[in-house]
Amino acid sequence: MSTFLLLTITGLGLGAMYFLVASGLSLIYGLMGVLNFAHGAFLTVGAYGTWFVESKLGGIGSVTLRFLLSALVGLVVGGVFAALVELVLIRPLYLRHIEQVLVTVGLSLATVALVQGIWGNDARLYAVPGWLHRTTHVGGAAIPNDRWIDIAAAVLVLAGLKAFLRYTRYGLIIRAGVENRAMVTALGIDVRKAFTLVFAIGGLAAALAGVLSGIYFSEVDPGRGTSLLIFAFIVVVIGGLGSITGSAVASVVVGLAQQYVNYYSSGVGDLSVVLLLALVLLARPATLAGRTA
Amino acid sequence: MNTPLLAVRDLHVRLGESHILQGVSFDVPAGGITALLGRNGVGKTTTLRAVLGLVPRRGSIRLDGEAIERAATHGIVRRGLGYVPEDRDVFAELTVEENLRLSERNGSARYDLVYDLFPELLERARQRAGTLSGGQQQMVAIGRALLNPNRLLLIDEPTKGLAPALVADVARVLERVAETETAVLVEQNLGVVRRLARAIVVLDQGRVVHTGTVGDLDDERLVHRLLGVGHAA
Repeated sequence: MSTFLLLTITGLGLGAMYFLVASGLSLIYGLMGVLNFAHGAFLTVGAYGTWFVESKLGGIGSVTLRFLLSALVGLVVGGVFAALVELVLIRPLYLRHIEQVLVTVGLSLATVALVQGIWGNDARLYAVPGWLHRTTHVGGAAIPNDRWIDIAAAVLVLAGLKAFLRYTRYGLIIRAGVENRAMVTALGIDVRKAFTLVFAIGGLAAALAGVLSGIYFSEVDPGRGTSLLIFAFIVVVIGGLGSITGSAVASVVVGLAQQYVNYYSSGVGDLSVVLLLALVLLARPATLAGRTA
Repeated sequence: MNTPLLAVRDLHVRLGESHILQGVSFDVPAGGITALLGRNGVGKTTTLRAVLGLVPRRGSIRLDGEAIERAATHGIVRRGLGYVPEDRDVFAELTVEENLRLSERNGSARYDLVYDLFPELLERARQRAGTLSGGQQQMVAIGRALLNPNRLLLIDEPTKGLAPALVADVARVLERVAETETAVLVEQNLGVVRRLARAIVVLDQGRVVHTGTVGDLDDERLVHRLLGVGHAA
């Protein structure tokens, strides 16, 4: 029972990271029709930004303070980087889907190469508060504390996104834009501002996933963004392109499936996720939740 | 001679291999309704979408003398254009109230007018627009366009697919609108056109083939020749 509980919480923690990446991906595709293969780069930039700032802060304050400050900078850098990508690279290519794919794939590869060029291929250790590396006993299972942080962060981001989409003017524009972008512009709304905002929010959430993945794996490496992005894409497809709630549900399903199958079937968790995707697409091609932000 | 409110000159639209509009030119005078008529597929809807910049186009479009053909769609609309699209295009996942709120421009929303014209929208303010009937969705689409004061309304087939009783309701609303606003109306129902319009512009195969007054529709030969309806003597 304790093993099952540990697998469950760990699966939820993994799913939380998938959700943080997938939520931005999903909104960007839903609103703009952009398949953003550079989304993993936002995660990488956030993770490395946090690691870099933390390494430069030296002995200033406590480990916790240094980590929080570094993470804050990492998140801002991830969000700003994403907004710049939208303004400089994506905006001139709206409705040119092939070129968008090429430019985002290129940016993804270039970001990995740049990080490797500056900091090398080796993983960099994350200096995080000691509490995160300890465990909390629940139902006989020793649960690593960082799993709770992952889950709490994802729940907060989900609640924040839902509130943003429901109660703000820009949220209204995004929800409408996911349904019919042309009609939004025909109401006199400059939807491009919403595009930049969605990229920035997506970048921020991906950067948060980068920081949390650094804690989860205790290190960050140049390929982290790419590897998480693959599963985030699967989550988005299963959950419904453009649906935040669908992404949240699919993230939990994928994270749990991966953990359970990995443990009970000798490490074929990744394969099980791909099979799950195939099953969902066969059973319901429109995916779980359709296009609803 | 007065400057027309909308002046369209040599408007061309190509979509893929199709040359949809082939040099469309017409004027819309200020005040009242100008009907844009023609058989199915002659380019009426494309003309409205081209004026709004919703399709790539070439040619000159002037609103009250100001060239707008290079402006983005949202910029054109913000100059005072209201649009009621052919298929209503309400946002199905948003409530009626959210559909209207999304349309607010410049802080001068006329909810009183909209709810006066369509009291049902107030009763259904919290209902998702996707769950409304076709007639109710048309009320949302028209209400959305009327929420802001407009210099020009572009209304595309507002009675399409509606039951006869609803057609009469919509015509009544548009009649009231026409008292204060200028509109271009695409409409297949000639009874509605006769009741509402002052001027007509007839398209055929992407070109303007007739301009005149609504009185021209009394000439059955002309109507048959241009629109393919009525009796040929």
